[in-house]
Amino acid sequence: MANMALEHIYKRYGKTTAVTDFNLNVEDGEFIVFVGPSGCGKSTTLRMIAGLEEISDGVLRIGDRVMNDVPPKDRDIAMVFQNYALYPHMNVYENMAFGLRLRKVPKDQIDQRVRGGAKILQIEHLLERKPKELSGGQRQRVALGRAIVREPKVFLMDEPLSNLDAKLRVEMRSQISKLHQNLKATTIYVTHDQIEAMTMGTRIVVMKDGFIQQVDTPLNLYDFPKNKFVAGFIGSPSMNFLTATCNNKTVSGNGFSVEAQGKLADSLSAYNGKQVWYGIRPEHLGLEGSTTIAGGANRLTGVIEVVEPLGAETDLMVNIGGQTVVAKVDGHAQVKVGDTVTLFCDQSRMHAFDMEKELAIGR
Amino acid sequence: MSVAKRPTPVKRKSLNVSELSPTSKFFVYGILVLIALFWTVPTLGLLITSIRIPDDASNSGWWTVFTGNAHLTLQNYVDVLGTGGGEASNTAATINLNQAIVNTIIMAVPSTVIPIFLAAIAAYAFAWMVFPGRKILFMILVALLVVPLQMSLIPILRDYRVLGLNGTFLGVWLANTGFGLPLATYLLYNYIVTLPREVFESAVIDGASHPVMFTKLVVPLSVPAFASFAIFQFLWVWNGVLIPLVFLGDKQNVTVLPQRILQMIGTYGANWTILTAGAFVSMAIPLAIFIGFQRYFVRGMLAGSVKG
Repeated sequence: MANMALEHIYKRYGKTTAVTDFNLNVEDGEFIVFVGPSGCGKSTTLRMIAGLEEISDGVLRIGDRVMNDVPPKDRDIAMVFQNYALYPHMNVYENMAFGLRLRKVPKDQIDQRVRGGAKILQIEHLLERKPKELSGGQRQRVALGRAIVREPKVFLMDEPLSNLDAKLRVEMRSQISKLHQNLKATTIYVTHDQIEAMTMGTRIVVMKDGFIQQVDTPLNLYDFPKNKFVAGFIGSPSMNFLTATCNNKTVSGNGFSVEAQGKLADSLSAYNGKQVWYGIRPEHLGLEGSTTIAGGANRLTGVIEVVEPLGAETDLMVNIGGQTVVAKVDGHAQVKVGDTVTLFCDQSRMHAFDMEKELAIGR
Repeated sequence: MSVAKRPTPVKRKSLNVSELSPTSKFFVYGILVLIALFWTVPTLGLLITSIRIPDDASNSGWWTVFTGNAHLTLQNYVDVLGTGGGEASNTAATINLNQAIVNTIIMAVPSTVIPIFLAAIAAYAFAWMVFPGRKILFMILVALLVVPLQMSLIPILRDYRVLGLNGTFLGVWLANTGFGLPLATYLLYNYIVTLPREVFESAVIDGASHPVMFTKLVVPLSVPAFASFAIFQFLWVWNGVLIPLVFLGDKQNVTVLPQRILQMIGTYGANWTILTAGAFVSMAIPLAIFIGFQRYFVRGMLAGSVKG
């Protein structure tokens, strides 16, 4: 286990730059999640840490050692792949022991570690089986087991749950979280799924087009997104954005007018008369009559286009003067398509973004 | 590590015969049986002729055995395989097919094993090692497939004379290896390159060096590809006349089966039963090997390794 530092890391393929100026300090025992849409450079960065891709520029340190030119096997890392990458002709035991054998670990110690790892992952009864005789979840557990028996300084996981079905994914998610709590090993986890990122990470690195957008804890990302991309990426359903005009402290447009409060109100004074993005999460909108949010200078009025009842809540798509917003309202709200409704916005949770730079306006 | 992205294989929907209507089924099976029979007829004729008595064979066609003209005997096989005892001693001593069989095995087995071994190493390097000139070298190798081996016979013969390899088994092993290598490398490359990249990456992180990855991963996973090429190469070498004729010569102690049979046509040209028996023996051994190897043609060696 160790801390790790990525300093000004670049990855270039010919003329295209896949990763630009990646800076990150990882503390010992952290669970860092790289998240972003496909092609954002998250896997490339992970592969550079693993040593499977060369680092075009910058410095990678694990512990205090510069790792740029150290071959993967000497970096003291273990990696779990999206498609498991098990050795098909070896049984589970051999799969887990392979790396230890190559490192000339004594036989009795290999046996002890493999059986110990298998116990943690509850795959003891599968040790004699070949990968083809296992289910997807079991295979991924074996892949995890192969990583933990190595007792590496850093775990690298490249979308390890993407090939599993939804139910299994949730199960494995908590299992990996538990595993991390037990082992306290530094982990870098790559995913495109923001729910995985939010639920597992101690800190999340949001990436887009090879650039880091923001590095923060899950709740800070949710509450204080630095820009429109992060705001839209984190949270589900994603944040609503409406073009609005800023007048004094109020952002308004066709069908809505919301007065900002607190620090955001102060920051908005610089945007007087200008256009801004008004951002509000679906869960921070309430339906007049069925919400605890008090009405006031925070109304959005429009016609319901779609009603999606989910039981615990109902998602409404409401056309506010030509712009569609999603609102999470009470599951038993009596509404139907075509109704004209008024939504109340929780003013303490609203966001605003600069129109051109799409950066968050301080709140 | 190569990072070349491979296209995802397209899943073809195969025709399931059991879903066809009875009439269609009848046609499918009927045509298949017909083709199979058609292809088997010459071999069947060969086999039947080889177990007839010489008088019958020279006076009537082999198919007459089905209409009551059935005087069958194994004497022809005793004649070609016999060690010289009994009444056929003269024939057996001159035919000497046993020696030829041994010679052919001595020629064919290393001529099959050596190219597979070398080609597997080369194919692994072309598929999974990054080195300058990899693409060009591979293209040259594939281009070599079109060079007819007849072109190289004379230059190689001259070199062999200098090296003293003419008429030796080593010479014929090397020749067969050389002629087989381009195709072997190409075929094995095509297989090895389809092994999942993540498995190799995982092995790299586990600390495997190239020799370890080759012996512990590539070889065990490529057995089906080795087996298919082995059968082709073995058959070519086994049935080849030209290469042994050129590099081994026709001395009794190095004569191989096809050459021996060729010689028999001269000596026993009219003796059909002996010739067919000899021919059938030369056919039976590769057939036995093919059937023996069949279980290595397992599909799904990779099952369970990666998703998909």
